[in-house]
Amino acid sequence: MMSTDERLAYMADQILRNFASRGQEAAIAATLDHIGQFWDPGMKSRAAAMPDAPGVVLSDGVRATFMRLRDSQPAS
Amino acid sequence: MTFTREKDFGTPEATGEAVSLTIDGQQVSVPAGTSIMRAAAMVETAIPKLCATDSLESFGSCRMCLVEIEGRKGYPASCTTPVASGMVVRTETDKLRKLRRGVMELYISDHPLDCLTCSANGDCELQDMAGAVGLRDVRFGFEGANHLEGCKDESNPYFTFDPAKCIVCSRCVRACDEVQGTLALTVDGRGFASKISASQGEGFLASECVSCGACVQACPTSALIENTVIEKGTPDRAVVTTCAYCGVGCTFRAEMRGEELVRMVPWKEGKANHGHSCVKGRFAWGYAQHRDRILNPMVRNSVDEPWREVSWDEAIVHVASEFRRIQNSYGTRAIGGITSSRCTNEETFLVQKLIRQGFGNNNVDTCARVCHSPTGYGLKTTFGTSAGTQDFDSVEQADVVLVIGANPTDGHPVFGSRLKKRLREGAKLIVIDPRRIDLVRSPHVEAAHHLPLRPGTNVALLTAMAHVIVTEGLVDETYVRERCDTEAYGEWAAFVSDPARSPEAIEELTGVPAADVCAAARLYATGGNGAIYYGLGVTEHSQGSSTVMAIANLAMATGNVGKPGAGVNPLRGQNNVQGSCDMGSFPHELPGYRHVSDSVARAQFEQDWGVTLDAEPGLRINNMLDAATDGTFKGIFIQGEDILQSDPNTTHVAAGLAAMECVVVQDLFLNETANYAHVFLPGSTFLEKDGTFTNAERRIQRVRKVMEPKNGYADWEVVQLVANAMGLGWTYTHPSQVMNEIARLTPTFAGVTYDVLDQRGSVQWPVNEAAPDGTPTMHIDHFVRGKGLFVVTDYVPTDERTGPRFPLLLTTGRILSQYNVGAQTRRTPNEAWHAEDRLEIHPHDAENRGIRDGDWVALRSRAGETTLRALITDRVAPGVVYTTFHHPDTQANVITTDFSDWATNCPEYKVTAVQVAPSNGPSDWQRRYRAQADQSRRIETAEPAE
Ligand code: SF4
Ligand code: SF4
Ligand code: SF4
Ligand code: FES
Repeated sequence: MMSTDERLAYMADQILRNFASRGQEAAIAATLDHIGQFWDPGMKSRAAAMPDAPGVVLSDGVRATFMRLRDSQPAS
Repeated sequence: MTFTREKDFGTPEATGEAVSLTIDGQQVSVPAGTSIMRAAAMVETAIPKLCATDSLESFGSCRMCLVEIEGRKGYPASCTTPVASGMVVRTETDKLRKLRRGVMELYISDHPLDCLTCSANGDCELQDMAGAVGLRDVRFGFEGANHLEGCKDESNPYFTFDPAKCIVCSRCVRACDEVQGTLALTVDGRGFASKISASQGEGFLASECVSCGACVQACPTSALIENTVIEKGTPDRAVVTTCAYCGVGCTFRAEMRGEELVRMVPWKEGKANHGHSCVKGRFAWGYAQHRDRILNPMVRNSVDEPWREVSWDEAIVHVASEFRRIQNSYGTRAIGGITSSRCTNEETFLVQKLIRQGFGNNNVDTCARVCHSPTGYGLKTTFGTSAGTQDFDSVEQADVVLVIGANPTDGHPVFGSRLKKRLREGAKLIVIDPRRIDLVRSPHVEAAHHLPLRPGTNVALLTAMAHVIVTEGLVDETYVRERCDTEAYGEWAAFVSDPARSPEAIEELTGVPAADVCAAARLYATGGNGAIYYGLGVTEHSQGSSTVMAIANLAMATGNVGKPGAGVNPLRGQNNVQGSCDMGSFPHELPGYRHVSDSVARAQFEQDWGVTLDAEPGLRINNMLDAATDGTFKGIFIQGEDILQSDPNTTHVAAGLAAMECVVVQDLFLNETANYAHVFLPGSTFLEKDGTFTNAERRIQRVRKVMEPKNGYADWEVVQLVANAMGLGWTYTHPSQVMNEIARLTPTFAGVTYDVLDQRGSVQWPVNEAAPDGTPTMHIDHFVRGKGLFVVTDYVPTDERTGPRFPLLLTTGRILSQYNVGAQTRRTPNEAWHAEDRLEIHPHDAENRGIRDGDWVALRSRAGETTLRALITDRVAPGVVYTTFHHPDTQANVITTDFSDWATNCPEYKVTAVQVAPSNGPSDWQRRYRAQADQSRRIETAEPAE
């Protein structure tokens, strides 16, 4: 069974793939928007922490998405 | 309501220009095409009749309804003679009375004279007619040849056929043909020897009969009669209510004798069903009285312990204090809840209110997550509203019907019958489904095209259809220009025109010959009004939302949205899927599909409810379970849903539930989820409460209480008890007040009140100032979102792949006689039709594995293993296997994976890579599970009171 982090990375990757025909930049923006609309704050902060944490291997697209998510999160 | 039979006008309604005539001296004006019989009934003149009833075309066989028409010779039958302008009709003369009496004498001479002890005494048209024609005596005597010794057919568990009581009026045969479309009955023999027979004289149960009850309802005598009427007697009052099974939303007269339900009779004025029904709503309501129902609240500290029955007070206080304790220890977001599509709008509204107002978070989800969440996402994105576009009546104006990933004759039977009727009238049918569903070929119905695609390739196939439509110039350009976002259209058109998306290019992927895809696309685009109906074979995929949008794209490109006869129509699974979604059951949306981040919408609720609402979306069911295994989500309130059985990857669900500290289940029965519960709150049935359901057409209909809740409270009252124990101070005394609140806070429901529903029978939302009578067809002049939005839907293959270990694709579905996880239907005689889930497998695949019909087989996927028996059939293509999921012992969801729709996480039930092998019996998992379930269901016997 996937861990929660693995699942979040997988979910983000799946969303990116469904927007892929728009080109990488637009796909990341659309994925971020999707995450903003549908993920709960706990999922968002987990995802935002992933690029800086060892553990789950992230695809380039997912890494870029989560980094932007991290940068857009209000500082806590 | 006291008991009166519904008025029978004798023949169906006509719609022509007004025609005036005189009947028994009375001036009448009726639409051309109306029969004299109906015209007379409209002015309260009941012409005697036996073979006519207004649900069927007139037949003219009994000769009871003769009338005199000035200037015409003879005595024409009023049921088969249409009105004409200036006609002068007499319905009562000495001659007519004599003729009718003569006819009646013949009937009665061959009829048992046991009226006083007959089950239909007082509710029999033959008896009424004998009275109406003044029959006093039978000149022919009763000694001649007759049919009085005929053998009863009691094979159907719900009704009995007694040929001795049959007058061979053929109403039953015609009901089966015209209304139900099954054609199971025939009149065998001729003249005196003629008799009614099910299929080839096999008896009802063994025949093709699907037990819809239309013949029973049409029968004027007790020849076909419900067993419950035989057992309990004729009803003495009737209450109109709505079926609690599927999203068709048939309305019924619950016919009662005191507090006891005698029978459910489909209501002729019901706008969703027009007097028809299926076996579930009509007959399978016995679960409501089943001995397995739990009637007292129960509590336990740990799921290893037996249940302890407690008072309602103790249970409610326990729930409230546990939830507050968890929030104090683990945070506000550590609890949540799940609303049920089985419950009323008012109940789901209250559950989400409890969560948002009382729990202080948005952790509310609903069972629609696992069925139609992609419909919500897809149709909202493209059209601007999360709902189907038409009413069911629309199908009568469809010229081409495309059914994709739905099996209406099993899943939505009453709509299936109407669809078949339209197809018999000449509309063309396209079926896109891996399986050869009944609609592909059944009596007098044949699909023009069946595209048996490989499961998981919907998007590729629909895009290829779009390719044909765009590249062959079949787009309705004016419509697109005027009604849609043209820039988005341009991008989409360029995308689908790519040769890589042509039918030829994807032929190998989908397994559907390119020529068939082209032909189907051309037919849909050029065949007149094109209507698309779809089901869970569309949504329950990793690209469920994309498929919904691909469907919406096709409909917009061909100008098929915003008019009767066309549209995009999701066939909703459960009775109130539409309603539960409307009521704000998703973690990101307030009632009326307004995002929780929408500060204007939030402010409205905050003002009404006196709290500040969370502006962040909550957790979806699967994320709640993940969070539970991670230790951050600890308590859940689950109303009317069995997530352990119905959600994918049972092992994952079980692990999530097991990790929580307070699982509260409210249900009728100790369901599978309750094995992991700490509190069980007994639920009430739809017969025991007031409220409303919203069906697949957005039609809001009343559910009316016909008996007191056996568990003490209606479900909405239980939610209120919990809310008040948590300090919310709710004061509802009737669900109508909840509806008033819904209307106050939800623009699409602004004009809905119980009074409106009582007056009009039902209304389809939006109901507001602009549409006070509701909205049968949506997006008529413009889309709700303004311009229709074409969305590029790239095909992304599912990650669930076949390979050497798992070479077959499993897809799942349901069958007519059972319902979803079967909690209700398995507790009824419907078991006679489907006592176990079977695995359908193609003869080649079976032979390669040494499997014979009926053998036990092991079904394995990457997620788990189960066993069931095989059914060898070429309904499924080689490489594909299929099963239903109605029985907990099968646990088909042990097999399904947790892959899900990219946008909504709706599980990918329809594609699982599996292997099938001969087996000796239940798997280890099934045995362990059964043992655990038995252990968990123990109820401590209470100490006798001192
Ligand atoms: S069973 Fe009833 S409906 Fe059918 S032919 Fe006999 S009397 Fe008529
Ligand atoms: S119950 Fe329905 S399907 Fe069966 S014979 Fe009667 S009308 Fe036909
Ligand atoms: S079609 Fe659906 S709503 Fe109608 S009776 Fe059957 S189960 Fe009930
Ligand atoms: S009712 Fe008209 S012929 Fe039977």
